[in-house]
Amino acid sequence: MAEAGRIATMDAGPARRRWLTAIGRQRELSLVAIMFVLGAGVSMIAPQFLSISNFSQVATLASIVAVVAVGEAIVVITRGIDLSVEAIIGLVAYSVARTLELHALDPAGAIALGLGIGLVLGMVNGFIVAVLKVPAIVATLGTLSIFRGIDYVIAGPHQVPLAGLTRGFTDPARSDVFGIPVFVLITIGVVVVGSLFLRSTRFGRQVYAVGSNPEAAAIMGIPSRQVVFVAFTLCGLLAGLAGVMWVMEFGTINGTAATGAVLGIVAAVVVGGVNTFGGSGTLAGAAIGALFLGFIANALILVGLSQFWLQAIYGVVILTAISGDSVIRRSIQRANTRSGAR
Amino acid sequence: MTAATGSVPASGTGRRRWTHALARWETLLVVALLGLIVLGNALSPFFLTPGNFANLVAALMEVAIMALPLTLIIILGEIDLSVESMAGLASAALGFLWASGVPMEVGIPIVLVIGAAGGLLNGLLVARGGLPSLVVTLGTLALFRGLALIVLGPIGVSNFPAGFTEFGFGHVPGTLVPWPFVVFLSLALVLGIVLHRTWIGRQIYAIGKNAGTARYSGVRVTRLRTSLFVLSGTVAALAGVILTARLSSARADAGQGMTLTVVTVVLLGGANIFGGSGTIPGTVLAVLTVAVMQNALRLASVTVEVQSIALGLLLILSVIIPSFAHQARLALDRVRRRRHQPADAVAEG
Repeated sequence: MAEAGRIATMDAGPARRRWLTAIGRQRELSLVAIMFVLGAGVSMIAPQFLSISNFSQVATLASIVAVVAVGEAIVVITRGIDLSVEAIIGLVAYSVARTLELHALDPAGAIALGLGIGLVLGMVNGFIVAVLKVPAIVATLGTLSIFRGIDYVIAGPHQVPLAGLTRGFTDPARSDVFGIPVFVLITIGVVVVGSLFLRSTRFGRQVYAVGSNPEAAAIMGIPSRQVVFVAFTLCGLLAGLAGVMWVMEFGTINGTAATGAVLGIVAAVVVGGVNTFGGSGTLAGAAIGALFLGFIANALILVGLSQFWLQAIYGVVILTAISGDSVIRRSIQRANTRSGAR
Repeated sequence: MTAATGSVPASGTGRRRWTHALARWETLLVVALLGLIVLGNALSPFFLTPGNFANLVAALMEVAIMALPLTLIIILGEIDLSVESMAGLASAALGFLWASGVPMEVGIPIVLVIGAAGGLLNGLLVARGGLPSLVVTLGTLALFRGLALIVLGPIGVSNFPAGFTEFGFGHVPGTLVPWPFVVFLSLALVLGIVLHRTWIGRQIYAIGKNAGTARYSGVRVTRLRTSLFVLSGTVAALAGVILTARLSSARADAGQGMTLTVVTVVLLGGANIFGGSGTIPGTVLAVLTVAVMQNALRLASVTVEVQSIALGLLLILSVIIPSFAHQARLALDRVRRRRHQPADAVAEG
């Protein structure tokens, strides 16, 4: 999957370029390697870190972020950004929980409703960006406020308690299949389907084309606006799925669910190696990025640092990831021009 | 947007110039502002009282002050989303310093230096690192807020000296003008002159229109970009100090959610999100418009939740409307040109 957007750097060259390219291409592996090293350190301080129950708890929590990060990654690959995902998660979570509390729908119906709301809100974003041509940052900053406002208006001060949900609705968050948590399986499913979609369908190739060079894509006759619209719609749908998972995980839901989650989601996408200039990155990378951040959050708690550090670490992770990418990209370019001159 | 209307050819006829003045974004804002004032007056007899006016302006001053440097940054073609977190970090740092016995006269300059340093970090990553300002400042949005939380934690510091809090919600003696408004107007005046009357301003527009051309014309693009981010960080820290004084409490979550309003104000003021155009008077008018709008909504007992929906809509509309107006004007020009074509052909023949 890693070759998706990095074809340009694949030809053989000087050794320096080769190892830089390797790091650039193996982002997923590098992240896993860092996790192993950090994990070894943390487990020395807090042995419970290595327990199966801790692992599955971290992976389950990270899965929620990973699912949205996959959607966000698709948008970022098209050179967009979606800041409204946290409000979509919140609105979907409250709507699903409240519907169950009122017995208005059965669990399957409530899940369908949640996914439907996510899809529609994603389409709203897509419409504003692709049809009305409002830059993604402005459009989704606006809809972040609008969707959250709607959530507050619907919810008011009300809070749906865990007991208000249909019995058994939250089970998927706590069950596993052959030892693998259900949420992790959902995430793997989303990543596999999404990656095949991006890799092997016409739409998928167009996503990368629009992101890497919009002018060339337009000249080739790629319907960029439709591609961008679909990207935002998919992102909304996946945020909706995350909203449903949010209810299953936390049970007690009010109008503020998922407030502030967007920074963690963007951090996951960026640390997962998705290029913020668009055109390259993988969905698996974004998902592993989410796992990486979930892992750091867990390590913080176990090592005894306060939760307050988390926000700062998200910031450092975002800045480090984009700076590191930029250094690697420039070195590759320099190496390319040098070998080109010979 | 305003660039299109601002570059009226000097040879234009009187009628043409008049319609262009009418179509200027700032003119539309004045009309909207007057409309809102009439509406507010109809909603409540207290609306036009000086006391209410002082209140509605005071409530928005931190946002207004941060919007001024952001106007320059957006004209430059960049964005700074981290301002709200810098205001929070400034508030937390000031509270921390005061609680550990540092006097205000020393604490405030230190906080402003922190703001400048944060802005420098943004500026270096964007201007030297060549990274997109959107992602960089999203990163520092998280980083600065995180630092604020680390510095102060969940506690609040509130035993500030009276002289300091007086600066937050007191008035200029003998008037109802709040002190922060004086800060805002002075800053608007200085930045307005710099932007519209000096070579620095012309260079900012030049970079926003085409950074490459500007660089080849001898503009020090990197330095100017970095300086504006430093300015933005410093002013955001100043806004944090004012916020602390106005609430007479320092908290790590101060200013949370302000970015939306700040960006809305700047874009409503006519700055082009793609860079190259925008004005300080436009931003000042937009501040007043948003202040009056929020106040009118409050008087109409519209809840804060619905107000945030209105603000989000306003942000999106402030980009859509000018772009539609621009397209409509282009279409109109095309029609007009077609109508004049036969006459031109005769003249040329």
